[in-house]
Amino acid sequence: MAAYGAVLSVSKIIHPFWGGRLGNTVKVFGTTLTSRRNKTLLTRENIPPPAKYGGRHTVTLIPGDGIGPELLSHVREVFRFSCVPVDFEVVHVNSALETEDDINNAITAIRRNGVALKGNIETKHTMSPSVKSRNNLLRTSLDLYANVMHCQSLPGVQTRHKNIDIMIIRENTEGEYSNLEHESVSGVVESLKIITRNNSLRVADYAFRLAREKGRRRVTAVHKANIMKLGDGLFLQCCREVASGYPDITFDSMIVDNTTMQLVSKPQQFDVMVMPNLYGNVVSNVCAGLVGGPGLVPGANYGHVYAVFETATRNTGKSIADKNIANPTAMLLASCMMLDHLKLYDYASLIRNAVLTTMNETRLHTADIGGQGTTSEVVQSIMRIIQSKGQLTSEL
Amino acid sequence: MTARSVRSLSGALKPLFSHRLLKVYGAATCQRHKSSYTTIPPPAQYGGRHTVTLIPGDGIGPELAKHVRELFRFCCVPVDFEIVTVDSTMESEDDIDNAIMAIRRNGVALKGNIETNHNLPPSYKSRNNLLRTSLDLYANVMHCQSLPGVRTRHRNIDIMIIRENTEGEYSSLEHENVPGVVECLKIITRPKSLRIADYAFRTAREKGRRRVTAVHKANIMKLGDGLFLECCKEVASGYPEITFDSMIVDNTTMQLVSRPQQFDVMVMPNLYGNVVSNVCAGLVGGPGLVPGANYGVDYALFETGTRNTGKSIANRNIANPTAMLLASCLLLDHLKLHAYAQMIRRAILSTVTETRLHTADLGGKGSTSEVVQSIMNAVQSTGPYTLSI
Repeated sequence: MAAYGAVLSVSKIIHPFWGGRLGNTVKVFGTTLTSRRNKTLLTRENIPPPAKYGGRHTVTLIPGDGIGPELLSHVREVFRFSCVPVDFEVVHVNSALETEDDINNAITAIRRNGVALKGNIETKHTMSPSVKSRNNLLRTSLDLYANVMHCQSLPGVQTRHKNIDIMIIRENTEGEYSNLEHESVSGVVESLKIITRNNSLRVADYAFRLAREKGRRRVTAVHKANIMKLGDGLFLQCCREVASGYPDITFDSMIVDNTTMQLVSKPQQFDVMVMPNLYGNVVSNVCAGLVGGPGLVPGANYGHVYAVFETATRNTGKSIADKNIANPTAMLLASCMMLDHLKLYDYASLIRNAVLTTMNETRLHTADIGGQGTTSEVVQSIMRIIQSKGQLTSEL
Repeated sequence: MTARSVRSLSGALKPLFSHRLLKVYGAATCQRHKSSYTTIPPPAQYGGRHTVTLIPGDGIGPELAKHVRELFRFCCVPVDFEIVTVDSTMESEDDIDNAIMAIRRNGVALKGNIETNHNLPPSYKSRNNLLRTSLDLYANVMHCQSLPGVRTRHRNIDIMIIRENTEGEYSSLEHENVPGVVECLKIITRPKSLRIADYAFRTAREKGRRRVTAVHKANIMKLGDGLFLECCKEVASGYPEITFDSMIVDNTTMQLVSRPQQFDVMVMPNLYGNVVSNVCAGLVGGPGLVPGANYGVDYALFETGTRNTGKSIANRNIANPTAMLLASCLLLDHLKLHAYAQMIRRAILSTVTETRLHTADLGGKGSTSEVVQSIMNAVQSTGPYTLSI
């Protein structure tokens, strides 16, 4: 934050002297002054504020497949009911088509609005390998380098483990998800896993900054450097470098197999975890399973400029689509994270408190957490709680 | 049976054709059959006693190996151990080459985990990995079962995990073309995927299992895991009585922590196998309980399922000997000494169900030697010929 201000002040001082003669030199000079590492210090406060006209924000909404459309319609219902000043620009992406026009439209819309809320877009295995995963395309094009998932045990949900509070920060753009595969010799496939220094430094920096902001004490890097010495070794080295700049936070590392074993026996020992893409996928799903399932945890994908919110475990939920049994909690909590990002904190806490209150009334659980409620019942209950708080709402 | 058919074929053809052509022809006819489980050549046996290579390894390996030898001597098991130590701090590969040669000689081995020091240069390969790839131990089998005497959050788990052991992410092929950008190669090949899938289905059929699940990430790694999945489907078509399905690895791990009872046999590439087997080991009670076996066409290697070195608990008499002892029972089964295997296994399981004799990792206060003593007592009480305690 200070760095950004420093650039502005530098350019303001130099401008009157040199004016137009230097042209872009000031910007370049200013940018190099605040070195590349400082550029990553753009905290969430410095991301340019999203588009806002007439006091209302516009957010891109991608319904996706499976349970996505119905859950997002519930989100819109709750927002309309609570009079949240957010308008949704709905962009459909057809996962059955092979052309990339749909997803390019979606990306353009997100570039325009800065923020998005999405359901998962299905990746059919039966289509040719040249059809890339749409979700992956979104993440890499918008450079959403950090996937943040906060797993917390909720008091009203019965789980085998209690008092879990883990933040998982997962590198979102490289690693095993580079989509670089080839078959040089028939019957032998090589998949490339790419680890770069810049991306590793970036995500490690994000992890430590977030830990500091939230007052967390410990960051654990998850890796497999005993086997992938260069790749995960580089990742671990970058984490260590960044850790040296945060002496108040303890840093340790753990091999991924030991991590998963510890997670199922003693998950309370973990605080913040940072890891490359594939391990992040597995570990975040394990943690989601530990706190109650895929219907409860929201996820956020942050880049320097854009932010996309979705459910943490990115399930399409084809088998339960349109049956009114899906759990809306994850998507609603994701929309609260989005409201926090847009700095609409009051609305965010209002909806979040309503969701958590509903969670704790056990009879209003959906089938995935052992209850018998339907999605619409849960959403109705949330809206009633919001209304009872006394704030201005539309009619029920 | 097919080995004999090769010999008889060569006997018939010998007068007609030259030697070399015979071997090639014979080998060509029997290529597929050679990988059948029952025709691994019987291990070396002299005077009725088997010789097994023992690699103590690091951490808790040496003390557990000692307990295994103690127990075998006590029960008069006709197995002699040839001990080969591998020093993990040395950079030369002589030690591990000696070990590999010893295993080639004996055919069977029992080992502790050899530590891979991160501080050594990247050219230093993992010794365990070298062992597995040189001996082509392509299948890692781990059977996770809930034990009645151990308190866990989940009950009635019975999962067999078959993991590809020689390729995948563990190919140790990495390079840095551009400084700051590292490429790790994950190799998936058709022959090896077919082989492991075949092994999985054969084992499922032998053990009377109903369902095999392939774990993959083919939505992202379409060519690599797509090839693996395709090979599994091909093999599945030859086993119509066994149900085959597939699941993506993230969903699998989530299902494992919520409802592990739904899984029966699972087959997967190397890295997912590592993660999933550790999750399952954690579910049934921890790394001290589950044995693991690595099978190849000609060799077999037994160790603990989760391959922990256990440096922090080494030489403190608190390690859980169950995993290593159950691994030695698997070894005895492989050598076809089933009676001894059953005897020792029954003794171990009866000790585990007596809750006060758990070691620290299971929440008890027993020491390793107490547990081993109790196992020896249990063996003696069942009646067969034993040495004095």
